[in-house]
Amino acid sequence: MNDLDLLTAITVFVLSVLVGVEVISKVPATLHTPLMSGSNAVHGIVVIGAMLIAAESHTWPGHVLAFVAMVFGAMNVVGGYVVTDRMLEMFRARPQAGTKAGTKAGE
Amino acid sequence: MVSDAVHYVFLAAAACFVLGLHLMNHPRTARRGNALSAAAMSLAVAAAVWLVADEGAITRTGWLVLASGGLLGAALGLWAAREIRMTAMPQLVSVFNAVGGGAAALIAVNDLLQARDPAGTGVRVSLPGALDIVIGAVTFSGSLIAAGKLQGVVSGAPVVLPGARLLNLLLPASFVAGTVWLVLAPDSRPALYGLVAVALLFGVSMVLPIGGADMPVVIALLNAFTGSAVAMAGFVLNETALIVAGMLVSASGGILTKLMADAMNRSVANIVVGGFGTGDSSPAAAGGAPAQVRSLSADDVAIQLAYARKVILVPGYGLAAAQAQHELGALAQLLTDHGVDVGYAVHPVAGRMPGHMNVLLAEANVPYTRLKEMDDVNPEFPQADVALVIGANDVTNPAARRPGNAISGMPILDVDKARSVVVIKRSMGHGYAGLDNELYTDPRTGMFFTDAKKGLTELKTALGEYVG
Repeated sequence: MNDLDLLTAITVFVLSVLVGVEVISKVPATLHTPLMSGSNAVHGIVVIGAMLIAAESHTWPGHVLAFVAMVFGAMNVVGGYVVTDRMLEMFRARPQAGTKAGTKAGE
Repeated sequence: MVSDAVHYVFLAAAACFVLGLHLMNHPRTARRGNALSAAAMSLAVAAAVWLVADEGAITRTGWLVLASGGLLGAALGLWAAREIRMTAMPQLVSVFNAVGGGAAALIAVNDLLQARDPAGTGVRVSLPGALDIVIGAVTFSGSLIAAGKLQGVVSGAPVVLPGARLLNLLLPASFVAGTVWLVLAPDSRPALYGLVAVALLFGVSMVLPIGGADMPVVIALLNAFTGSAVAMAGFVLNETALIVAGMLVSASGGILTKLMADAMNRSVANIVVGGFGTGDSSPAAAGGAPAQVRSLSADDVAIQLAYARKVILVPGYGLAAAQAQHELGALAQLLTDHGVDVGYAVHPVAGRMPGHMNVLLAEANVPYTRLKEMDDVNPEFPQADVALVIGANDVTNPAARRPGNAISGMPILDVDKARSVVVIKRSMGHGYAGLDNELYTDPRTGMFFTDAKKGLTELKTALGEYVG
């Protein structure tokens, strides 16, 4: 990495924090749990890092590390998105709840 | 060049993550936002496969590692996400946090182990590498302990390790020492392994002494940690996509942590060091005045509800613990059908994660438009004929308005301003703050002593007699 790269990386770092703060502070408390779970899925991008080290590992300890990192990362990303979707699906707007919803809720 | 093309895809993915999180600011668009984010992630992963293939450095074993690890992890994640009960959601999020932090730490460990030319490993890799290891490993062990506490595997009560005070001084000191050592000598194996071990230990010793009531804040904080660990992994690998995504998450986790701590009127530092979350193991001066408490039966409560025009339901941790959200939803439906104006007052720290109660109620088919946040619903209490409190204690205690006690200054739901109050609770036990709730001895309050699930079912049956 040369100097310019480092500067760029730090710029990206700082701007990402600001964007994160700006985007998140508008989310209502109702959605805080899905938001946390959804952002949890976003940091699953670490799986790409795991893929890159899997590609460059040529020793058995390296393979083991890369394998564990792949399992962890893939679990984070897939599980995170699926569980967030499951939660948000329940927040869908319903037609004004009739008796049908009532019986279902009472199961 | 393939590498350039791939990085444009990464950039597009990063933009979609921001848009996806932005769409999460309304229940109507939130699901679309998540889908957009997931699609961007799939694209980024596909692009990474392309990049790996194009560079040609990967061996057959490498492909095997990549594919088998990826499939196994995806299968585990999918299975866990599908099977988990909504009440156990916070544990699962905590576990995903743990593996994310763990993966980030492993990336740095791998990088420092693989460095073929140690002298060439400059401070630009070794410093973020060391930080990645510290933050990632602390998150890994800390999140597992948090998940264990929520699941009941680890005691929810604050556990103080012997010599905790000394440990809490020694461990951070060894971080600094280990980080400096690793930066000066990136190829030093003792420094690397030592740092991993110390960080794992610190994660455990940090979370163990924190009481169950504070777990929402801790999970938000650990989520922020994982984000930073991922961003540090981005510096190590020189991948801006990881830096952007990691810091987005870190900022969001940081804000949520602050919001949660504010809702409990405590500072983040205070929670991490261990504050009143420790109160749940030491009951405060027993006594109270049982004689002043008015006990109600299901029929008494049903009559009150049947003749009310406006009812505000106040669900708390007791409801979540009894998993009675469906029963509450059914009761509310019955009241609504009968023409009663029903609203839900949700305190920001109700449940075990920020907004967890909202998810539980959504699961019970409660339309989100009925869920009111504290600031919106508080002015409505004086117009409510009945406020029905189910398993919420500290967040309804009027003592918070007075100085000089554990919860002074904590924002609360103004339940005591309703014309009458009914509290469903198993006993006169204390909340996490270990305080008597003055609401219970108020002349307008009636106590319905029972388990939330059983009580709500009885109420629904009794109500059916009047409105059926």
